[in-house]
Amino acid sequence: MRLTYFAYLAAAICLAGTLYRLGRWCVLPLGTESRQSTPARRLASAVRAVAVALLDPRRLWIILHALVLDVIGQIHILRQSPLRWAMHMAICYGTLLLLLLHTFDEQVTARLFSDYASTLNPFMFLRNLLGLLVAAGVIVALVRRRGDRVPQRMTRRADRLLLILLAAIIASGAALEATQIISPTLFDQMVVDYMGSGDPEEIAPLKAYWAARFDVAFMPPPATDPALLEQGGQLHADYCAACHSRPASAVLAYPLALAIKPLAAPLARIELETGLWYAHYLLSCLALTLLPFSKLFHLLATPISLIVRALGPAQSDRLSNRPTRRALGLDACTHCGICSRHCSVAPIFQVIPNREILPSEKLAGAARLANGRTTPRMAAGLAEGSFICTACGRCTRWCPSGIDLQDLWAASKTDLIQAGHPDPHGWIRRHTAPHWAEILVARGREAQGAQLPPRPAVCLTDNPDTFWACVQCSTCTNVCPVVAVSPDPQRELEMTPQQVMNLMRLQLKEAAMGARMVWDCVTCYKCQEHCPQGVRVADVLYELRNEACRRLTSDEETIKPS
Amino acid sequence: MARSRYHYFPGCKLTPFLPEYDRSTRAVLAALAVDLDDTELNCCGYPVRHNDFTAAMLCGTRVLAMAARKGLPLLTPCKCCYGNLKQADYWMRHNPALRHQINTMLGNEGLNWREDVVVRHLLTALDEDIGRDRLAARVRRPLMGLKVAAHYGCHALRPGDVTQFDNPLAPTIFERVVAVTGAQPVEWPLRLDCCGQPLWEKNNPLALALMRRKLADAHESGAQMMITACTYCQLQLDGVHREHPAPGEAWDDLPVVLVSQLLAVAFGLPGFEMEGVV
Repeated sequence: MRLTYFAYLAAAICLAGTLYRLGRWCVLPLGTESRQSTPARRLASAVRAVAVALLDPRRLWIILHALVLDVIGQIHILRQSPLRWAMHMAICYGTLLLLLLHTFDEQVTARLFSDYASTLNPFMFLRNLLGLLVAAGVIVALVRRRGDRVPQRMTRRADRLLLILLAAIIASGAALEATQIISPTLFDQMVVDYMGSGDPEEIAPLKAYWAARFDVAFMPPPATDPALLEQGGQLHADYCAACHSRPASAVLAYPLALAIKPLAAPLARIELETGLWYAHYLLSCLALTLLPFSKLFHLLATPISLIVRALGPAQSDRLSNRPTRRALGLDACTHCGICSRHCSVAPIFQVIPNREILPSEKLAGAARLANGRTTPRMAAGLAEGSFICTACGRCTRWCPSGIDLQDLWAASKTDLIQAGHPDPHGWIRRHTAPHWAEILVARGREAQGAQLPPRPAVCLTDNPDTFWACVQCSTCTNVCPVVAVSPDPQRELEMTPQQVMNLMRLQLKEAAMGARMVWDCVTCYKCQEHCPQGVRVADVLYELRNEACRRLTSDEETIKPS
Repeated sequence: MARSRYHYFPGCKLTPFLPEYDRSTRAVLAALAVDLDDTELNCCGYPVRHNDFTAAMLCGTRVLAMAARKGLPLLTPCKCCYGNLKQADYWMRHNPALRHQINTMLGNEGLNWREDVVVRHLLTALDEDIGRDRLAARVRRPLMGLKVAAHYGCHALRPGDVTQFDNPLAPTIFERVVAVTGAQPVEWPLRLDCCGQPLWEKNNPLALALMRRKLADAHESGAQMMITACTYCQLQLDGVHREHPAPGEAWDDLPVVLVSQLLAVAFGLPGFEMEGVV
């Protein structure tokens, strides 16, 4: 059959794609260590690590333990939420068992059971049950993703694609089986094939029996007298029973069959059965093709990641293995969002609307950076999110895919700095205070404040009351420890706290915003505590940084790589 | 002895970077019949204050609101966390526009700021809630004759009107607590100055200069040991210092010890020793 070629093609693409993705693990540059090892060395190192792990009985025990609990039992998801675990187990094992029992039935099931027939119980019942499980899992997943109002949980196209693809395969399969159950054409064909008869007289009793017991939608419906049925039952026992159980045990397809039975004639006219057959087959081929290029790849990457985690944290790896492990982590992520739910800085996303503050979203940015598919603007956005991270490590502790996210973030931060995308303290060093003042004034004229995020509720620097009491007594400068340890404050800090306050009194905050004094302030609050006039000096220095971030974070001066 | 209970707020850096502070704090509090609620909380907001004040206030207030829901006082061993939680409390009280904005955001998850949440630093909890008498009664191995320099840490102390930690210009709370162990706090001029941590990885020469100035000052003032009560200060004065030593300087070997470790040793708790010092 021609469709088989599609299956072979899909399998070939899947295999080639998988090898490509596996190869990328040894190639992607992630962290400083990747600059010291070639892909060949990384491959050799990875192979060595696998060999060492498999030959050491202690580590082999750890691997087996992780394999049973984490990979097979998925205990880590159960710990997070029982509903989520049930949903994932239903989708995961439903799909995998369908693949074995049904997709590859000729290669697997038929060899294990000599009496196998797809329409015989328990095979028919099991197939339907598994389909029902996957369908239920997919529905729960879709409802959960739709109904989730937690701001830090997001659904991307890749998440939807996988669920929709699975739903479409199950739906087309169930519909196909339903149309086959009620199909008189299929009945006639089978009678010719297995009874060797085309005589209407001879097959009339069987027809009556199958109409009554197997819900085939003959037009017109055959007679139902008991004698005929008994005769049909005999024929059924002789020719059909070895391969056919009653369709009621097709728990997914049978209700559907009953529902569409009244429409049997028009459905047969449009050859729905053939259409569904193509759809089901081609969708399954599509899933196979997409396996290495979609979220489906986690089927391979996540178990490996879980086992690697069980063997120890990234810091215990050889240097040449660390970038490889990070690349594996990028593929092992299922975008489940658990990390963002436990992220320490997640609430910040409500104020600074950069998705890459959230670890579940930041990972995609880190992958783009490693793959060289990033623009300066995207990299700057990733940098903002990355440097807001406080490295609390909770994402790593909770990650159900076993990714050492903490290590991945540390690596992408060094990569970002290397690529010229530092934190605000870094980019503000590009220019002197007067130069920043020029830029800020020019931007103010261009934008007239229109594109800026809204002004914060607390804004001390715009309020003259904040400074009116300042008498320029220079107490703030005299108590400042930063001024004290600077051999030449005017050169190193550009201005002293008292001079910053003077500019503020004159409402020249642009002139102060880029000053080293503002950015090298240690926020010790000595100036504010000692100010005899009660001026909130340290709060103002803080606010000047905030103002610079607000007005410059997405400015072309700061997003261009240095 | 009546048991007391706090909502424990370790802060982001404690568990991954300074687990010994966590371990010793828990051990000391357990010895003093204090129970801790470990419900997961978000960042206090201190680190993001460089970027955005409102974000910092949202983070801090969310922690306060979570504690309010539990009806427990907060206890943090970190002075920067303490400082920002107090900042959040202060600004929520004093700025209606901010209060409205933050409460609207918290409302999305059913939380609400309440002004009756008590925020304690480890030192204020020991000094004010538990009381020095109870501490003294628990001392098994007095550290007599040990001269220590108590390093205050900025963000808990100042601004005094916001943090309400102690007298911001002439505090004594740290010395009071340390003295319970029998150790002798020394007078040292730079005790209220910055450790340099806020500039670490932002301006390293300046951060090191600030740190070294303090270590030298404590040593010159006769201290055999510096005591800290803040995650960031300890990471700087011990962690960064050991990675960037100043060989040949007399103060370079000055041990920097956490107040909880000092107390744990003085209490004679198992697993806490101070080799070569006591």
